[in-house]
Amino acid sequence: MTPVATPFFFYLLSAMAVLSGLLVITRKNPVHSAIFLIVTLLSLAGLYLMLYAPFVAGVQIILYVGGIMVLFLFVIMLVNIERAEKEHRFNKQWHVATLAALLLGALFVTVYYRGTDLLAQRILPAMPESSNTQSVGTMLYGTYMLPFEIASVLLLVAIVGAVVMAKKRI
Amino acid sequence: MHFWFLEHIWLIPLLPALGAAAMFFFGRKVSKRAVSVICVGLVVVAFLMAVACVWQYTDFAAANNQAPFQKSVYTWLGSGSGQGDYGTKTGTAAFNVEAGFLLDPLSAVWLLFVTGVGMLIHIYSIGYMGHEGGYYRFFGYMNLFMFAMLTLVLANNYALMFVGWEGVGLCSYLLIGFYFKKHSASTAANKAFIVNRIGDAGFLLGLFTLAWYLGSVKFTDIAHTLASGNFHVGDPILTAACIALFVGACGKSAQLPLYVWLPDAMEGPTPVSALIHAATMVTAGVYMVARSSAIFTLAPEAMKLVAIIGALTAIFAASIALVQNDIKRVLAYSTVSQLGYMFLALGVGAWGAGVFHVFTHAFFKALLFLGAGSVIHAMSGEQDMRYMGNLWSKVPTTAKTMLIATLAIAGVPPLAGFFSKDEILWQAWRSDAGTLKLLWAVSFAAAVMTAFYMFRLMYLTFWSKPRMTEEVKHHIHESPKSMTVPLVVLAFFSLFAGFLGVPHSLGGDNRFEKFLEPSFAASEQVMAGEAAAAEAAAPAQEEHTNSTEYLLMFASVCAAGFGWWLAKRNYGKADEGYVEPLSASVPPVYNVLFNKYYVDEGYDYLFTGRRTLGPVRLGVMGLGEASSVFDANVIDGGVNGAGWLTRAIASLSVLWDKWIIDGLCVNGLALVTRVASYPVRLLQDGQVQWYALAMVGGLVGFVLYYLWK
Amino acid sequence: MLQIGIAHYLVVAACLFILGTIGVLTRRNVVVILMSIELILNAVNLNLVAFSRLYGLHGQVFSIFVITDAAAEAAVGLGIIIAFFRNKETVNVDEVDLLKW
Repeated sequence: MTPVATPFFFYLLSAMAVLSGLLVITRKNPVHSAIFLIVTLLSLAGLYLMLYAPFVAGVQIILYVGGIMVLFLFVIMLVNIERAEKEHRFNKQWHVATLAALLLGALFVTVYYRGTDLLAQRILPAMPESSNTQSVGTMLYGTYMLPFEIASVLLLVAIVGAVVMAKKRI
Repeated sequence: MHFWFLEHIWLIPLLPALGAAAMFFFGRKVSKRAVSVICVGLVVVAFLMAVACVWQYTDFAAANNQAPFQKSVYTWLGSGSGQGDYGTKTGTAAFNVEAGFLLDPLSAVWLLFVTGVGMLIHIYSIGYMGHEGGYYRFFGYMNLFMFAMLTLVLANNYALMFVGWEGVGLCSYLLIGFYFKKHSASTAANKAFIVNRIGDAGFLLGLFTLAWYLGSVKFTDIAHTLASGNFHVGDPILTAACIALFVGACGKSAQLPLYVWLPDAMEGPTPVSALIHAATMVTAGVYMVARSSAIFTLAPEAMKLVAIIGALTAIFAASIALVQNDIKRVLAYSTVSQLGYMFLALGVGAWGAGVFHVFTHAFFKALLFLGAGSVIHAMSGEQDMRYMGNLWSKVPTTAKTMLIATLAIAGVPPLAGFFSKDEILWQAWRSDAGTLKLLWAVSFAAAVMTAFYMFRLMYLTFWSKPRMTEEVKHHIHESPKSMTVPLVVLAFFSLFAGFLGVPHSLGGDNRFEKFLEPSFAASEQVMAGEAAAAEAAAPAQEEHTNSTEYLLMFASVCAAGFGWWLAKRNYGKADEGYVEPLSASVPPVYNVLFNKYYVDEGYDYLFTGRRTLGPVRLGVMGLGEASSVFDANVIDGGVNGAGWLTRAIASLSVLWDKWIIDGLCVNGLALVTRVASYPVRLLQDGQVQWYALAMVGGLVGFVLYYLWK
Repeated sequence: MLQIGIAHYLVVAACLFILGTIGVLTRRNVVVILMSIELILNAVNLNLVAFSRLYGLHGQVFSIFVITDAAAEAAVGLGIIIAFFRNKETVNVDEVDLLKW
């Protein structure tokens, strides 16, 4: 498919993502945080599409948004919200923490500038026409067979763990 | 019936013992007459038995080569099992003491005069104590005394002799303190017993030394051991043993320095003074030394000591007797002086002469005391000679017998005292060692004094002007027959007993000393066994200088005469308020003599511990107190100080342990750890986000590091 | 600027990462912290997918695994929150400080 108006959509989606991300961490109501996180995730799915990774975008939407965020919303409902609304949002160390994180960000930027020569090219070439899903699938069941199986075991463990955690009496 | 009396010799001490027991159990209930019959009668029977025993002994001795007769009745100590064996110079020995009796010429002499004089004094006491209270008690004690004295004399070993020795000391105490309600009498009794006891310590030391060194305490065994020749003359252990035994004799026979009890013993009734402190108990010391002649012969140093002490005592006591006013005191000091003579004789080796003097002295001294008792009885209890006088016609029997006794003691021939005393003076002159002429000189001077004070006594009491109160003069009467008959009997013996010991130089054959020879044969054997120089010949041998002996005899007669003349000159016409010549001419000398050289006061200061100089006690007790103070303060103080020091050091250790070891090392270490870890643990505050921040910080650090690289 | 290069995507991912970090370190509500962690993971995913454009499909496969992992972790984490909420009735992380000195 032919990309159209790439910069505009890029800037739109990335602004949406960053803005929503900011809102996620600053909302008092955790439900609002969850909604904004969903927005962030959707924006990121869009960015994946622009990066010629439709499969990952699809997985992101189905799994992340449809599964994980729904789980988050359920749990938020389970825990006490009214009380949470009356409390302080930020803890005592937020000044230092913000400073440290920004410093980290500055360091990242510095690293980027230092390492720009390492990147192969700044302009992204066009992608060949082939089925992304099929390719990913082939790679998943081929080269990455073992990690795939391990991931499934991990999911099993997580299920058991979650069930055990949530039971009233073990 | 062969030697029946000898076989039953143990009856002799037993009979008076039975009398004493009878008095103890039922003396209070029977009448005075019964007491007299029982007690005096038993002593009479004992005397008769003694005569019979000695009679039979002469036969026994003739048959058995002059061996002593021994009879053992009972084994007291020791066994045959060998457990008590100990080492001596000649091998091991088993300690064995039996209740055994020995009769040889020496003990025969004592046996005879103890029972004889004792019997006479018992008879005398019937009259003398007739009006006194405690009649049965008196005779009980007298019989007990006879038992103890006879045990002493008849014992065949030192241990049984010591039983008798202690017994006579006890009876002396009981009898001196007979009038126990009188304070002076009870203190005098205590004094006698205590001073005696001091001597007894010496006796025991000597006994143990002999037992250890010679292996036995039996006389015959000891003589046998000594004759074996293993011991040399001057053996130091034997000398020590002899000196120890002699200390015992000093205590019992009132020699220097343990004589102080005898004058005070005159507090007792006069028969007691006569029997115990004149004739019998005080001669026990002489008996013991004579019995130990074999041992003493091996210790010439000890014999020298005996002789010197004897001579010194003789003159010392005689000088005190010169100025005493109590009639019994004069006689007491006279006894001490005469005992000195006896020890002098034994000390120079004249065993026979010494025993002879004991024998004669018993008679005339007992006579003097009984006569003095009779005088006191006549004078209604007055004892001070200053208030007597002119009694010759009033108490003739007493006076005449006392004159005989005085002549005897002064040494006027041919009475008994002359022969015995003269023999001693002669032996003192001719024994070896030059100093012994000095001994003769001292004893000669004492003889002069003896004559003087005895005739002074006679003049003041019987001859001079009367100095008593009218009341007393009224009551003067002669004593009853029970008292005068013994006086006459004793006077008879004083007159004629001397003829038993007439020396060779005067034509006699000295039968007394010949009789005693077997007893002292042991000492001769010892000398022969040593092959020592034989100059110290037995007295019974021929003397080679008859002329010197005659000269000395003449000198002693002159001494007696001079004493008599001096007394007559000073006291012949002593009126009321007469003045002692000494106190007129040399008052200081008179004072010293009258106060008995202040010896009693000296002992008081030194030993009794009653005198204090401010807060400090004087004498031996003071030393004891000083020692105890020293011990309590210095030594105990040192001990306590050491304890305090230990505790102080321990508290230092405590400080070190508490502050340095515990505080610095242990607790300090913990403190350092705690202080150092405090900031570190604050990092763990349980806040997860703080940990996350730390992680981010770490990440920043890593990145920075690698950027800077 | 108009030509979108790989750096743009990396910058976006970095921003999201920083926002997520701030959220983890700053917010008291534990659910929001978990959501911030999801933000971080998504930033990483973006990074991976961006680089997979240049260097092959490996990045995309890896990002699928990351999503799987994120799911498992969210499930277990939320289970823990529920269990803890039963005990202490709070969802504030700074009230859970029992394991301290």
